[in-house]
Amino acid sequence: MELCSLTGWQIKELISKKEVSAVAVVEDLFRHIAKTEPSIKAYLTLTQDYALVQAGQIDARIARGEQPGLLAGIPVAIKDNIATDGIRTTCGSKILANFVPPYDAYVIKRIKEEDGIIIGKTNLDEFAMGSSCENSAFGPTANPRDVSRVPGGSSGGSAAAVASDMACMALGSDTGGSIRQPAALCGITGLKPTYGCVSRYGLVAFASSLDQIGPLTKDTRDAALLMNVIAGYDKQDSTSVNRPVPDFTKGLDGEIRGLKIGVPKEYFGQGLNEDIRDAVNQTLSAYEKLGAKLVEVSLPHTNYGIATYYIIAPSEACSNLARYDGIHYGYRATPAYAEASAGRDYTDLINMYSKSRSEGFGHEVKRRIMLGTFALSSGYYEAYYNRALKIRRLIKQDFDAAFNKVDVIMGPTSPIAAFKAGEKLADPLQMYLCDVYTVTANLAGIPGISIPCGLTKEKLPVGLQILGKAFDEATLLKVARAYENVNSKHQAPNSK
Amino acid sequence: MDNMDYKITIGLEVHTQLKTSSKLFCGCSTNFGASPNSQTCPVCLGLPGVLPVVNRKAVALAVKAALALNCKINSPTKFDRKNYFYPDLPKNYQISQYDLPLAKEGYLEIPNPKSRSPNGTETPSYDGAQSPRRIGITRAHLEEDAGKSMHSDAGYSLVDLNRTGVPLLEIVSEPDINSPDQAHQYLTALKELLIYLEISDCDMEKGSLRVDANISISPVSDVSLREVPRRASGDDEVISKSNEIASSRQGGIRNDSGETKLGVKTEIKNLNSFKFVAKALEFEANRQIELLKSGKEVVQETRLWDEDKQETRPLRSKEDVQDYRYFPEPDLEPLVINEGWIGQIRKTIPELPAARRVRFVNQYGIPEYDADVLTADKELANYFEECVKSYNSTQRERSPASGGKAISNWLMSEVAKYLNEQKMEMKDFKIKPQELVELVKFSAARQITSTAAKEVFGEMLKSGKSATAIVSEKGLLQVSDQGEIEVFVKEALKSNPQMAADYKAGKTVVLQALVGQVMRLSKGKSNPEIVRTLLQKHLSEK
Ligand SMILES: [Zn+2]
Repeated sequence: MELCSLTGWQIKELISKKEVSAVAVVEDLFRHIAKTEPSIKAYLTLTQDYALVQAGQIDARIARGEQPGLLAGIPVAIKDNIATDGIRTTCGSKILANFVPPYDAYVIKRIKEEDGIIIGKTNLDEFAMGSSCENSAFGPTANPRDVSRVPGGSSGGSAAAVASDMACMALGSDTGGSIRQPAALCGITGLKPTYGCVSRYGLVAFASSLDQIGPLTKDTRDAALLMNVIAGYDKQDSTSVNRPVPDFTKGLDGEIRGLKIGVPKEYFGQGLNEDIRDAVNQTLSAYEKLGAKLVEVSLPHTNYGIATYYIIAPSEACSNLARYDGIHYGYRATPAYAEASAGRDYTDLINMYSKSRSEGFGHEVKRRIMLGTFALSSGYYEAYYNRALKIRRLIKQDFDAAFNKVDVIMGPTSPIAAFKAGEKLADPLQMYLCDVYTVTANLAGIPGISIPCGLTKEKLPVGLQILGKAFDEATLLKVARAYENVNSKHQAPNSK
Repeated sequence: MDNMDYKITIGLEVHTQLKTSSKLFCGCSTNFGASPNSQTCPVCLGLPGVLPVVNRKAVALAVKAALALNCKINSPTKFDRKNYFYPDLPKNYQISQYDLPLAKEGYLEIPNPKSRSPNGTETPSYDGAQSPRRIGITRAHLEEDAGKSMHSDAGYSLVDLNRTGVPLLEIVSEPDINSPDQAHQYLTALKELLIYLEISDCDMEKGSLRVDANISISPVSDVSLREVPRRASGDDEVISKSNEIASSRQGGIRNDSGETKLGVKTEIKNLNSFKFVAKALEFEANRQIELLKSGKEVVQETRLWDEDKQETRPLRSKEDVQDYRYFPEPDLEPLVINEGWIGQIRKTIPELPAARRVRFVNQYGIPEYDADVLTADKELANYFEECVKSYNSTQRERSPASGGKAISNWLMSEVAKYLNEQKMEMKDFKIKPQELVELVKFSAARQITSTAAKEVFGEMLKSGKSATAIVSEKGLLQVSDQGEIEVFVKEALKSNPQMAADYKAGKTVVLQALVGQVMRLSKGKSNPEIVRTLLQKHLSEK
């Protein structure tokens, strides 16, 4: 058995017991990456030298008898929209192609403190805007289950890296489904925590009121382990919530008898792939066998989710992305010939802005900047942004009402399985509909997890989405684990 | 119509830098004059991924200002993003406050403007000139400052981001100001208040106080039309999204319908001193009046004050007004300012200058002029009160009033002169109140002459010795004992019989010479008044 195929938990045990060295794990992993990466292209930056040095230090400390941190030598991949001190952080954009942050994101600081080893930065849709990982300025990532298909997005690189054993675990970010959807399409576990559960400090903002960092892992135990490291209050993020963080790995294998599972009829309507419907229904039956009770619930505003999301997210994005202007850092367009020959950069500031931003941003990013700029404009604000905020409240109320009756809500993560590369690029609306079941959790701020729950006829992974009450990640993980324990055949091949 | 037939309406927007050691949303220093871009961090540089955290001290200072300006405090209050592109604004949005400012609906009192009214229609104050006039405060909100751009002729610009993120309080007045003079008074009173409460240094040269002015003119005959309630219901809760805050606020006088020609306003920028504000408003009022007189219309626009040419000129027209696309700052939760905290802050507000001035007159019996001078500087006023306390505690038989005036005289003359010469501030003055009082008492009780008192004062500053020590060392005590002085008087009369005879013959001018003789004999320590009296007594006896 290759080391790289193990889960993070297994690696940590082996390293802690000195049965294997952290250096050996890293070396094995990079051998595997060298073989696999050319066909998948999950990474934008690999940090092999750095990882080996880190691994060596952890081994030395273990040899001295020191207790290693929670992630003792586990190789972790990082989505390239999370700031890493001294390591290029591109956001999949030409405009930040050479940007090296002078600071670590809160989650990176935590991973380092707990002896996780950062092995590289993964591909993503530019500024996390997309559902296929095709909107990257550095080219697409392939789905390891079928390289002709997309891995989902925007955390497609992280999902593909974990699914292909090129990373033991990974961090992604989820603004409208960007962790859960690629997890579903690649057949792994992906958790979007409650808004405010994980510090956003250092996560390059797409839509600040929706963004959350979360784990992409081979199983729920690893997700729980990584959550133990990254969750918690951070005073640098005013939206992070100061409350005690439980040990998510504790009680993971507990009983779920009597659990009430809400099944929203709106999640099984038009547009849902038949195979996915069947797989999810079978999974719900499996939960019944475990002693859970299925309760039909209604989330009546589900259908407004996408429209609401595509007002709020672009509005925040157009402001968040305003800073990429070629002035202080990042890409600056070459001045026009006349200006250059006159020994000047630009004769006109506006010209410099527009040229740098036109050349620096990709199509989808520009589309969303324009959408947001329009929605916030004088005369349109009330009709769009303010109305979207009102519907957002209604969506949250839907969930509040449902969670008065049930403990968790289950349904498909994505209406469709991994699609062919290029298939939806020409039609942004089709692409946006990939997130129909996931965006509402972001709008309501609640946590959601996607776990593998079977295959389509084309042998493509299906994801089950479990949504929970705010800050009830522990229940989500336990419920997900219960299914995983009886259905390990759908796990990543070598996971236990 | 002449100028008296027009009513001037002015509203002022003041940006003042709050006196914090760190910036509004990060820990960087706010010290002035550091080398360019040395006081920056990922947060104020607007690097990808950073988040703002509100500076508690800045909020506390804003609340303090709000309370001092008699404002209501919004809790929760929230932050909004004001979006515009400029190189000195690294995020290309400014975190400010839009529809829920920290403070609203207050007022600031300024001296009554009765005699300064441009049209004479001002209602005279009911109890004479002392009654102050209230200028409404529409709102006061927190925001971060931008950086500084320096443009070179060589085709490039440099940006210094040290100022970026420095906390500002924007204080917007109601259009209650009716003359450039009043504008000046309002600014002076506001500055005095902010400095006094240690909310801001208000140093215009360092950019810690900046002023924009809005001005409009309306014919007096139309003024009645202005009687629209200044604050339409909910005005502060919902601000029209269509305009920048300022442009929608010339009270009820801006008229979009075009039915009347009331008060189209202009905004004046680049006002670098209060003097400029008054001059620019004077110019602008006359310019607008001339336009109206000749049947032309005032164009709503932003104008720049040109100090060299002594005129305002157009900067941008209303059509160019930017759409700032305000929306709630998603990185900051609404800020709850609870009553307990407000109460704590309220306790830190000392008596304000205006109230203190009145109290000084009543309690210490000093003239208004003295009270004005003393209360203009908080340190000086504190020093004065310390002195009076010390004075009374050691000399109970004296009334506070007499001590007050004597102390006030000393502070306003010798002490002020010394501080001025040394370019010192009151807080650096070395002589302690009780030490100065010792000297004041010698002088007030005429135990030493005024010349001697000045000498002692100088010696105290030089040597740090007490007044008593210096007076006794130098033997400066005036001889007030009648018996002792009488000995000198008799001796002087005896050795100057001719003068005594002259006096008795009616040549009373010689008395002064005789006084001089006595002073010489007593080595200058005799009280001249007593000498004079005794001489007269002896001369008339014989
Ligand atoms: Zn800073």
